[in-house]
Amino acid sequence: MGIVVNLIGVLLIVFIIWWFWLYKKQSEATIQGSSIDIIVDSGIYEPSVIHAKQGQEITLRFIRKDSNPCSEKVLFNDLDISADLPIGKPHNLTFTPDEKGEFEFTCQMAMYRGKLIVE
Amino acid sequence: MNTKTDKYQRLYVSDISCASCVNTIETAVRALPGVEDVEVNFAERTVNVSGDVAEDVLINAITKSGYTASSLEDNSEDTSKENQELAHYKELLKKTIVAGVVSLVIVAVTMLDLLPDLTTFKGQFSWGVISLLALFVLTYAGGRFFTGALKSFKNHNANMDTLVALGTGVAWLYSTFVVIFPGSVSEIARHVYFDTATLIIAFINLGSALEMRARGKTSEAIKRLIGLQPKTARVLREGNEVDIPIEQVVMDDIVRVRPGEKIPVDGELTEGSSHVDESMLTGEPIPVSKKIRDKVVGGSVNKSGSFLFKATHIGKDTALSHIIDMVRKAQNTKPEIGRLADKVSSIFVPTVMIIAVLTMHAWFNFGPDPKLTYILVTTVAVLIIACPCALGLATPISVMVGVGKAAEYGVLIRKGDALQKAGQLTTVVLDKTGTITEGKPVVTALETSEGSSEEELLTIAASVEVNSEHPLAEAVVEASKEKGLELSSIESFEAISGHGVRALYGQKEVLLGNSKLMEDKGLKLGSLQSRSEELSKLGQTVIFASLDGNPLGLLGISDPIKTDSKDAIKRLQHSGIKVVMLTGDNRDTAGTVANLVGVDDFIAEVLPQDKANEITKLQERGEKVAMVGDGINDAPALAGADVGFAIGTGTDVAIESADITLMRGSLNGVADAVAISKATLRNIKENLIGAFGYNTLAIPIAAGILYPFTGILLSPIIAGAAMALSSVTVVTNANRLRWFKP
Repeated sequence: MGIVVNLIGVLLIVFIIWWFWLYKKQSEATIQGSSIDIIVDSGIYEPSVIHAKQGQEITLRFIRKDSNPCSEKVLFNDLDISADLPIGKPHNLTFTPDEKGEFEFTCQMAMYRGKLIVE
Repeated sequence: MNTKTDKYQRLYVSDISCASCVNTIETAVRALPGVEDVEVNFAERTVNVSGDVAEDVLINAITKSGYTASSLEDNSEDTSKENQELAHYKELLKKTIVAGVVSLVIVAVTMLDLLPDLTTFKGQFSWGVISLLALFVLTYAGGRFFTGALKSFKNHNANMDTLVALGTGVAWLYSTFVVIFPGSVSEIARHVYFDTATLIIAFINLGSALEMRARGKTSEAIKRLIGLQPKTARVLREGNEVDIPIEQVVMDDIVRVRPGEKIPVDGELTEGSSHVDESMLTGEPIPVSKKIRDKVVGGSVNKSGSFLFKATHIGKDTALSHIIDMVRKAQNTKPEIGRLADKVSSIFVPTVMIIAVLTMHAWFNFGPDPKLTYILVTTVAVLIIACPCALGLATPISVMVGVGKAAEYGVLIRKGDALQKAGQLTTVVLDKTGTITEGKPVVTALETSEGSSEEELLTIAASVEVNSEHPLAEAVVEASKEKGLELSSIESFEAISGHGVRALYGQKEVLLGNSKLMEDKGLKLGSLQSRSEELSKLGQTVIFASLDGNPLGLLGISDPIKTDSKDAIKRLQHSGIKVVMLTGDNRDTAGTVANLVGVDDFIAEVLPQDKANEITKLQERGEKVAMVGDGINDAPALAGADVGFAIGTGTDVAIESADITLMRGSLNGVADAVAISKATLRNIKENLIGAFGYNTLAIPIAAGILYPFTGILLSPIIAGAAMALSSVTVVTNANRLRWFKP
């Protein structure tokens, strides 16, 4: 009995590590055309990983459905871009990523997390 | 509402939920006069309309067909945001009350032992009802935690919702299991935790509501700025003065402003004069005098006279709009100090989950009986007490308040990083001209020889100098204008390089220049010579004047030091910062000014292009250097410094090379900025220490680390209250900054 319970606990830890940290398949999307919708709801951005091309102007349309105040801002810390998101009304963020790389975007408290991958 | 008639418009319709909606909306819009084409995008929930039709007409038509349409531009965003926030706040309070009342009922029946024992059928039934009651609270008041947790989980993400859902979910599931199978747990472990689950939900809702209230206050600075914008303007249309909504003011409109009214947009005064209070924009407390051709700024208040002005900047181009934009952007940036918290936040929740599992292990393997009870209490407490919110909020919430506070004092901070660096400065370098001084030379002394008058001296000097383009000459001409003197025409104007000028005034020879010029011409200066030396010591430039070989007198010209420069420099020094003056002037003049204002050091004879090098030299010595300049001539130095301050004149906010723009000319702005930055940085540190400290102490205590030594175990209910309180505390602490006075 004791061994079984301990084993379950260890498996649980392994699962947590795998599911939240090692498993990389997040909802990914490549921008078709120049614009993409990002839904902000229930603690996540959907899609949360967005692929874009360097030097090409993109429009990220954030559609916030969550009334939780945590979701009211979106920040691209490394790109110096930020916006206040109104509820239920899309907010367009249009810019041209000049540099290649991975740029995280988060809410103010970094609980909502997404990534812009510029290729 | 907007009444523009663009050829192509997009509207957002939030409730398009099926393909048939598309048809309904298309038909409704197509029926409107002027509509050429309409296309409804189901995926985007947008309606794209071509044709000459007003936006409000479109919105009306869509509303009538049963949907809610709104403009895709965010104009009235802030009022709607406030309404949404208020609604959300009320909702949270309602949930708190419902969860609280149900919890009290459950606590009462448990404590008073009102229900029969679980081993009887009656007992099982009654506790079953309680279980359902708790389930109602969990879904009604705590439903968002569960949906949020589930969505995040599916996305391989975890957040605060995950912890709350796990904690309360485990408590409810275990309790319900005990109710259904009371025989499967030993008698001493036969305890239920419905009140725990519901009370936690109540506390966390209350915490969210309080946090929201407190958060609303952090953006007061922005609200104040938005509130400066008047709603209407009185413009001249076809000879009449009419009141129109501010959105309808167009460029070159002539706008009337009466005493006591706010100036609606930016412009240039065309008729009348007045004093205007710009304090809410620039922090400058004294009303500024305005006459024809002077610039007026939207949002400032007309104090005395009535005047007309021509609109030169409207809508999003006004200085006020730029200020709002800049403050808002800056409030959203994070200084370096907050990055660590972000990193911790990103791994925080799964880590807490692992700690919860380890806690379970520990109590299972080493804990006393009844094991199940101890495991449940400690695990739930660990999950509930951990507060990623406090950690995540610690930095940004203080930045919000700090940047807003700075804006109140006419200090515009571009980025959070600048705020952090301004709080860690060791040296401030001040450009002399235009920063310490007014940047505009004026005649500050007139000394006449026997037999001549000040008027004569000034008239002759100005009549000659009006032909020169030298900045000192301008000061002489300006002085004569101020005295209302009439200038005469002169002949044979000739510049004597490096010494002065010569001209014919009537038939008489006029010489204007330095003492060398006078000596070369063999003039005896007498007492003027000693007066000249006195003035030079005060940092003034002296021009002698002679008429027909006889000395007329001298003029002392200087760039006056701003009245509050000395005090501001003292304030900076008091906060432990070394103040250095940088100037292109020669050592003597520079030394005089440096002495007068009391800087610690000065660097003279620096060419404009070398200013940046001087900054680098200081940085190489390990100093954290701020450069303060006008942002035009010293852009490279501003950019090279750790913090570049552009000292503005009024409302030139768009100074790109600067990290911080001071809207008023006073150096006190630098001292204010440094003081506010220091206070904000201290506030962030308090928050971070508090949030880190809270989590590192609370989690082990919740796990039961004190139990072996003291027998103390933390109730999950207390954990819930502590967690709710911790993020409220962070926001409240940040709000303390609102009362800070630099």
